[in-house]
Amino acid sequence: MEHDTFHKALEIQDDFCIGCSHCIKVCPTEALRVSGGKALLYAEWCIDCGRCFRVCPSRAIRVVDDDLDDILSYKYRVLLVPAVFYAQFEKKVPPGVINDILGDMGFSEICTVEQSADTLVEEINAYVRKAPAKPVISSFCPAVIRLIQVRFPSLIDHIMLLLPPIEVTAQYYVKKWQNSGGDPSELGVFYLTPCIAKIAAVKSPVGGYESPINGVINMDYVYNRVLHAFKNKKYPEQGKGTEAVNDAISSRGLRWPLTGGEASQIEGRALAIDGMTNVMDFLEKLEDEEIEEPIDYLELRGCDESCAGGILVQGNRFLVADNLRAEAAAAKDTHPLTGQYKQFCSASIKMDAVEPRSMVKYDKDINVAIKKMEAARMLRKILPDIDCGACGAPSCEALAADIVRDDASLNNCIFMQARFEKEGSLLVGEAIDLMEKVWGKDRFVNKEKDN
Amino acid sequence: MKLEYDVAAGDFTRAGFASSSIKKALKQLGVSPAVVKRVVIAVYEAEVNIVAHANGGRITADIEPDGINVVLADTGPGIPDVEKAMQKGFSTASKEVREMGFGAGMGLPNIKENADSLRIETEVGKGTTLYIYIKF
Repeated sequence: MEHDTFHKALEIQDDFCIGCSHCIKVCPTEALRVSGGKALLYAEWCIDCGRCFRVCPSRAIRVVDDDLDDILSYKYRVLLVPAVFYAQFEKKVPPGVINDILGDMGFSEICTVEQSADTLVEEINAYVRKAPAKPVISSFCPAVIRLIQVRFPSLIDHIMLLLPPIEVTAQYYVKKWQNSGGDPSELGVFYLTPCIAKIAAVKSPVGGYESPINGVINMDYVYNRVLHAFKNKKYPEQGKGTEAVNDAISSRGLRWPLTGGEASQIEGRALAIDGMTNVMDFLEKLEDEEIEEPIDYLELRGCDESCAGGILVQGNRFLVADNLRAEAAAAKDTHPLTGQYKQFCSASIKMDAVEPRSMVKYDKDINVAIKKMEAARMLRKILPDIDCGACGAPSCEALAADIVRDDASLNNCIFMQARFEKEGSLLVGEAIDLMEKVWGKDRFVNKEKDN
Repeated sequence: MKLEYDVAAGDFTRAGFASSSIKKALKQLGVSPAVVKRVVIAVYEAEVNIVAHANGGRITADIEPDGINVVLADTGPGIPDVEKAMQKGFSTASKEVREMGFGAGMGLPNIKENADSLRIETEVGKGTTLYIYIKF
């Protein structure tokens, strides 16, 4: 298997990685290992969900986002801001000031992402009514789409072939610019993302679609910039901001990024499930044909509390969700731009079927794969089955598969080492060499005397 | 490669364990999703039959490079009229099926539809063995 230390939206920085193994335990596709004291990614298994990023204590996982300076190569710069961005701040930081600060950062127009939700609901309902494969699985969460591509390829034809809100909103601002006679090359559309998977989704969308979004900006970074400017009062006086603001949004749009925000709007039996583990359990059940009573629609979100718990959202997910719900309760059912969205935009575009991304666990040749799987099953009987991770693999099952693929050795298991030492077939020095190969040399040095 | 599972009667919380495990193995081997789906439907249906209607049984799946053989053997009431139980739509005719003593929806036609071959050995009062073959 080819190893790679980067992916489209995530990159492991060896200089910062301390080989702590926290990330290997949370990866939903078991795509991470520790080797040579550093985290190592099987890039083709990665779904960009960002769980590794969330748990990394040394900030060694870098988000491959776009540089804020890049926006300056466009004359008119539209920033699409998701509702969760504002909901992170305490009430003493007013949205008007936030927009002014964003304007100061170089954006010409600030617009809310979920403006497109109102017309999207209608399109989804029409789609679900006609869909041949039920339940229809929402196309909203890109981490879930990638999870299905890699781990549940048999469910691919359930994925809704409609664009997510961000793409429809981007479409609107491109059309608006064109309609006003603007030079297309002068418009830059940027997305402030709460999510790592969305970066990959914009950069390499599924279904042969090309996104009109020119750049994706990390919300974590911008949150800090805004808060810093606010605390230091570095923003224009009220009403003196230079940016145009297009903050139209309905209660529906405000709820969209929350768990149930879609499902509650869909006709028929619609379920909302959040959290990667819950999503995987449910998809497993669906794939096992165990759900007998029909479901029309599945809203599946990779993060707990959906986008309020987005990987790049700084606020506490429950507080962010509560803020959004409160805002939604006070907002109108629809917003003034809905008519224009209906006129100019559509989530239904010609899209190719979503391609599976096969997760070759043993071998591409089934003859070889069966032999290797049999060997791995034998190994499972010897391995301790406690999934300690000391071998550098996330589970005994993963180690067994690594061994039969020649990516690891049985000696990597500390239980096997102890057994072999006891039996006299492995010397202490050899066992230490093995451990150093996984965890790095400096792990086994006595550092107490340095202090 | 052989995979073996014991199936306990009446344990609906575990029903589907064997078919799910077989599914996982086939996915890991890179068998096409459409074939995996047929295996899951056929084996799950047959597995639930054992849980619901028999006194327990054993499932043996033999995975070869060109296909899978699944043998589902149970000790149970057996099927008095296999031909009738195999009729399409018969499984939904719950009244008649119940009169035959197995409850509604054995789903044998559904198993047959998804299998490349299905053979049933059954003896009333002793048990039933299903031989399912699905090629890759």
